[in-house]
Amino acid sequence: MTSISEDSDKEKVHSVSVDLNNDASLVIDIPDALCERDKVKFTVHTKTTLSSFQKPEYSVQRQHEDFIWLHDTIVETEEYAGLIIPPAPPKPDFEGPREKMHKLGEGESSMTKEEYAKMKQELEKTVQVHEVFLQRLSSHPMFRKDRNFQIFLEYDQDLTVRRKNAKEMFGGFFKNMVKSADEVLISGVKEVDEFFEQEKNFLLDYSSKIKDATAKAEKMTRSHKNVADDYNHISGALNNTAADNNTAFKKHLEKCAEVFEKLRVSISKVEDRMASDQELKLTELLRYYTRDIQAAKDLLYRRARALADYENSNKALDKARLKGKDVAQAEENQKQCLQKFDKLSESGKKELTSFKARRVVAFRKNLIEMTELEIKHAKNSVSLLQGSIEILKSN
Amino acid sequence: MPHFRQNRLCLREYFNMFNEEENRDTFDIQISVSDPEKVGDGMNAYMVYKVLTKTSLSIFSRDEVCVKRRFSDFLGLHSKLASKYMHMGYIVPPAPEKSIVGMTKVKVGKEDLSSVEFVEKRRSALERYLLRTVKHPALLKDPDVLQFLESSELPRAVSTQALSGAGILRMVNKAADAVNKMTIKMNESDAWFEEKQQQFENLDVQLRKLHASVESLVCHRKELSVNTASFAKSAAMLGNSEDHTALSRALSQLAEVEEKIDQLHQDQACADFYLISELLGDYVRLITAVKGVFDQRMKTWAKCQDAQVMLQRKREAEAKLQHANKPDKLQQAKDEIREWEGKVQQGERDFEQISKNIRREVGRFEKDRVKDFRVVIIKYLESLVHTQQQMIKYWEAFLPEAKAIA
Repeated sequence: MTSISEDSDKEKVHSVSVDLNNDASLVIDIPDALCERDKVKFTVHTKTTLSSFQKPEYSVQRQHEDFIWLHDTIVETEEYAGLIIPPAPPKPDFEGPREKMHKLGEGESSMTKEEYAKMKQELEKTVQVHEVFLQRLSSHPMFRKDRNFQIFLEYDQDLTVRRKNAKEMFGGFFKNMVKSADEVLISGVKEVDEFFEQEKNFLLDYSSKIKDATAKAEKMTRSHKNVADDYNHISGALNNTAADNNTAFKKHLEKCAEVFEKLRVSISKVEDRMASDQELKLTELLRYYTRDIQAAKDLLYRRARALADYENSNKALDKARLKGKDVAQAEENQKQCLQKFDKLSESGKKELTSFKARRVVAFRKNLIEMTELEIKHAKNSVSLLQGSIEILKSN
Repeated sequence: MPHFRQNRLCLREYFNMFNEEENRDTFDIQISVSDPEKVGDGMNAYMVYKVLTKTSLSIFSRDEVCVKRRFSDFLGLHSKLASKYMHMGYIVPPAPEKSIVGMTKVKVGKEDLSSVEFVEKRRSALERYLLRTVKHPALLKDPDVLQFLESSELPRAVSTQALSGAGILRMVNKAADAVNKMTIKMNESDAWFEEKQQQFENLDVQLRKLHASVESLVCHRKELSVNTASFAKSAAMLGNSEDHTALSRALSQLAEVEEKIDQLHQDQACADFYLISELLGDYVRLITAVKGVFDQRMKTWAKCQDAQVMLQRKREAEAKLQHANKPDKLQQAKDEIREWEGKVQQGERDFEQISKNIRREVGRFEKDRVKDFRVVIIKYLESLVHTQQQMIKYWEAFLPEAKAIA
């Protein structure tokens, strides 16, 4: 069982978003996560001063599926149609390490140091993304009041039963809609509002660009990790070569072995850190905002549907007036459609504006942090390398 | 297709420094192989290289000589040296490998990157081969070597099939097979040889593993370079799409930084390859040559044994003839005994000589190996330092851009 409750050498930075725990009235974090077989169990810790909660502090165990359940219930709540729904965290991906654990049974002592480190990294990433999801909800004036959200944070039993019931109730009607219809619908809308016209054009273009950038960043990060791995193998092999040679130059070779061990640290470990920091700050950032952009597009989609509904209700009203039948009903329907559309437009505008601000701040923070880390690692690497060169030259 | 920027300056730099190390050792000869030139067309075409020797050693007729040589000339030189010295237990540096695929591309006239790479790889290998050859005190004085370096015309080496690196390898392997087929196992009175052979076996295995890891590194680093360049383009597109001005600018700057880093990766891959990977490849082949001399010693011993067996038979034959009253045959038998006594003595002398030579050669080899590796590793680490320092420069320049996002 792997746990990340001790985080000695890395500051716990909420990478993809600004500090969402600003409001002390509801503070959520995930201090610990256990990886057991193929399930990850998150410890969700809540501290609150809100009266709607029964206790001021909670600690509950949640699985990834519980987060998805929460996300889905929120998506399918009509009330929130005018809001950008925080994207669901992706499923934890432990393919490689998981297979290894299945084969070896329990105990991280049977995993190599590298495999264990990789597992830990994956765990940190997944905790981060689940945590941000909850914090987005808690920092939003409307979501934080959501009943299911409260259940998620408070309920001290397994949520499995609830999840099953929810599936039956909702049947996922929003999810079942063909997603490709989105773009057509959105771009087809005859937009009178300048703001939404701009937003629509921006989001459609940006979403494909950020998806591409994410994919390329992922490839780059993977290559970087491969290089770090190679250095690890090389320094191991060099060690063997130096150690296994019993010649007159034994003393010299022993010194070489010392240098090579140092090299393993300076080259391979540093490369690995550079690669994973780049992943955390850059790749994860891009991944997150790809999902968030999609959530913003979903909002536009819902608004476009509302507009379509309103236009249809207008046509229906005209028809009813012509026929002289059910006019009152048609008028009522039209009024409601307009109301819904106006509400979505108003709240949508606010959401999209704050979304842009949030995005800019997050990019700034992450780019700065990534750059500072890259500089730190490179400087560290330089001094270690120079130390090794000194030793080798002094022979 | 992964691009592999040709940075002649970077390679020259590294290998000139390699040369300088040699000079500091009062080893006063510098050799460079350069300016590959294609001669002829189609399948009969070949590359000609300029071989420049600078030296103050008196065995050379001039202190600066420049000649033109083609690949088969190098192979010819090696085969002559191998046939002269290998059986004496000298470790003759192996010639670079032949490559039909690589050469065909060049002949056919493909000016693409992979054939340029191939020619550069070969040029560098030929240079290292000559440097190693002249480093050997006995080979340096060899008239074939001198002729190779100085003579403007060289008789064309024929049937280079047998003379290729692979050909020599086959020769060595045949010797090894012969040894294995020996019915009488050599009674190793000298533990040194047994120990050393084992060590070289181990070293062979380890170096091959190391070589494989380094080849993997070169491959991955090239991939990293390609992926970085690809990401840079994507980031630039993202920056264009971004509607927040300051963020858009920062993303474009990020794209530029990543492009520069891609260049760094390419240069580093270059160093990875030419410094480490090729060196390891050279040593894997050298170890084969070392194992070859050990086998030669076994062959020599076997010959000595055979001679002794023969002598014994001749003595037995003579003893029989003593009572046969055939004075002519008896005289012949006595003559043959003397002949074979001579051969036995020669065999024993040869065996002693080759054993002595091998001890000396192995000592020299090990000293050189340690030095070679040390020099190359230092160079390599310095290349890594340089790369990291450039990274620091680029990121430090980017930092204010990131901070400027408002």
